[in-house]
Amino acid sequence: MTEFVPTICPYCGAGCGMLLAVNQGTLVGVEPWARHPISAGKLCIKGWNAHQFVHHEERLTKPLIKENGEFREATWDEALKLIADKLKEIKEKHGPDSIALLSSARCTNEENYVIQKFARAVIGTNNIDHCARL
Amino acid sequence: MAGLAAAFGSGAMTNSTLDLEQSDCIFLIGSNPTEQHPLVSRRIIQAKEKGAKLIVADPRKIQLADMADIYMRHKSGSDVALLNGMMNVIIENGLYDKSFIEARTEDFEEFATKIKDFSLERAVEITQVPAEDIKQAALAFAQAANSAIVYAMGITQHTTGTDNVLSIANLAMLTGNIGKPGTGVNPLRGQNNVQGACDTGCLVNVLPGYQAVTDQEKRSKVAQTWQVPELPAEVGLTLVEMMNAAAEGKVKAMYIIGENPMISDPDTSHVQKALENLDFLVVQDIFPTEATQLADVVLPSACWAEKEGTFTATDRRVQMVRKAIEPPGEAKSDWEIICELAREMGAGQLFSFKSANEIFEELRKVSPLYAGMTYERINQPDGLQWPCPAEDHPGTTILHQQKFTRGLGKFHVISYRAPAEEPDEEYPYILTTGRMAFHWHTRSMTGRSPVLDNEVPEGYVEVSPEDARELGIIDGQMVEVSTRRGKIKTKALVDKKIGPGVIFIPFHFAEGAANILTHQALDPVAKIPEYKICAARIEKSP
Repeated sequence: MTEFVPTICPYCGAGCGMLLAVNQGTLVGVEPWARHPISAGKLCIKGWNAHQFVHHEERLTKPLIKENGEFREATWDEALKLIADKLKEIKEKHGPDSIALLSSARCTNEENYVIQKFARAVIGTNNIDHCARL
Repeated sequence: MAGLAAAFGSGAMTNSTLDLEQSDCIFLIGSNPTEQHPLVSRRIIQAKEKGAKLIVADPRKIQLADMADIYMRHKSGSDVALLNGMMNVIIENGLYDKSFIEARTEDFEEFATKIKDFSLERAVEITQVPAEDIKQAALAFAQAANSAIVYAMGITQHTTGTDNVLSIANLAMLTGNIGKPGTGVNPLRGQNNVQGACDTGCLVNVLPGYQAVTDQEKRSKVAQTWQVPELPAEVGLTLVEMMNAAAEGKVKAMYIIGENPMISDPDTSHVQKALENLDFLVVQDIFPTEATQLADVVLPSACWAEKEGTFTATDRRVQMVRKAIEPPGEAKSDWEIICELAREMGAGQLFSFKSANEIFEELRKVSPLYAGMTYERINQPDGLQWPCPAEDHPGTTILHQQKFTRGLGKFHVISYRAPAEEPDEEYPYILTTGRMAFHWHTRSMTGRSPVLDNEVPEGYVEVSPEDARELGIIDGQMVEVSTRRGKIKTKALVDKKIGPGVIFIPFHFAEGAANILTHQALDPVAKIPEYKICAARIEKSP
């Protein structure tokens, strides 16, 4: 059984609605969403093919830590502890403004909100930007 | 966005995408929606079919230029001169909206005096557009009942980007084209959620809802909601400034999420040096990129189809994103990763969110623009457009209807300034960079989508037939393009879309990357790099 999940296209800022076709946990295609006001049942070539990269074999699936110039797989606990220690150490030694964060216009509002809150409330810097200007 | 905030008090698209269809005249400048916002382009075509006039100004003869009533190929970087020239014609012919200007705006007198001094002849000299075309465009725009301006990064990615936007705001106010259907100043935002990333405060100078970090009262209010003693008051470093600070050793650590500055930032050799100079770099993404290669730690993210949340479209429309499948392996949503990291750093109590909805509930407490929105209300095909200050507020399809966000609209006197780097003997061409329909940003998604990648699998440089003849270059030949920053090899695409003296390279490709060539000159206010103009040389590959 193929299910259709209504969502918004991940590419440009027009905000077209689309239906993701899902079969047994796999994204198998994209269909236009007739009732959506912006796209009104149409999609561009990027929208029609938005599912194609999702199951690509090169997706990152595990945290990676670089050691002696080579990446090795790590657990989430290990990777997050390393990041927390390093950020705390650098903040203590050089001050909060020695740390900078780049968020993403690909992330959701909720994610962007959490990221800027982390920068301001945990690190203590306004060095938080994203690719709006690019 | 800084320009619109100064003129109107709010830096977002004033009208809705749907609204374009009701326009009687659409002026498209520095935007190529057929490639970048195809379904916005469709609205423009529909408006045209209903009888609207279409005016296109662009150094490249883009597809919509072919169906335009008036097409102006103005010289790259001459937008202010073109707009001032048009406004000169409108004032000289008495076609400005006197009652609108009187009731809704300020500082008109000084502006009008300066515009009268900016003659049509001067505009022709700088823009290289025939006087008759500028005149016809000005008359068509001023005489239509409802005229809309649509622009994108062809306007903003200049050292004069803020001036360009202020000039567009001047034109809209001069003709009273604000606050009603089919009018407005409509910047098309590039990325799916660039509007939302700005709305939620991922900017160096504002908290969520565009509340200035320098405003003590706003800052304390947010600090109170977050239950932290205080928040940093100093404006932070923007992306290009961060890279410079990293190269100088002032920024020691960077945390990059869903972004590949090794392809997308200007002067990428400099970016590489900056990132290599860091003590610690974390990159969180869905695919390995040129940036993850340089990281100390790489974290795997869920992509859009694997998480719940909201995106905000270019017309301020907040819409639901729904989870369709599970993320691969151990990948997680970016918000989950950050919350776990905050816990690891001892700030878990501030990040106890269990769902995207819980985060949204806090966001609407902090941002007045989203205050009246709930998932329940957004969860319908139309979404909700901000500002939406209360739960019984229907959202806002058109901004500035009765008054501007800042009260009165403000006219600005804008003089023409030349770009930061102009062609000379050594580098005689203008290089302009941009995007194309089949690829997205740095290609980490589209390069892995067979249908899209098969369309255009490699980069190229567009050269005009005139220049190609003079240089002895034929279509498909390998050429070298160089600037003061570096040199790349790429294929020549001889195309009459581009005018003589200008070459165009799409920036998506790592091989022959356009941003090896671009420079870091920034708009002084908006800090946007001048991607649209630098001086370049092009020659046959030896």
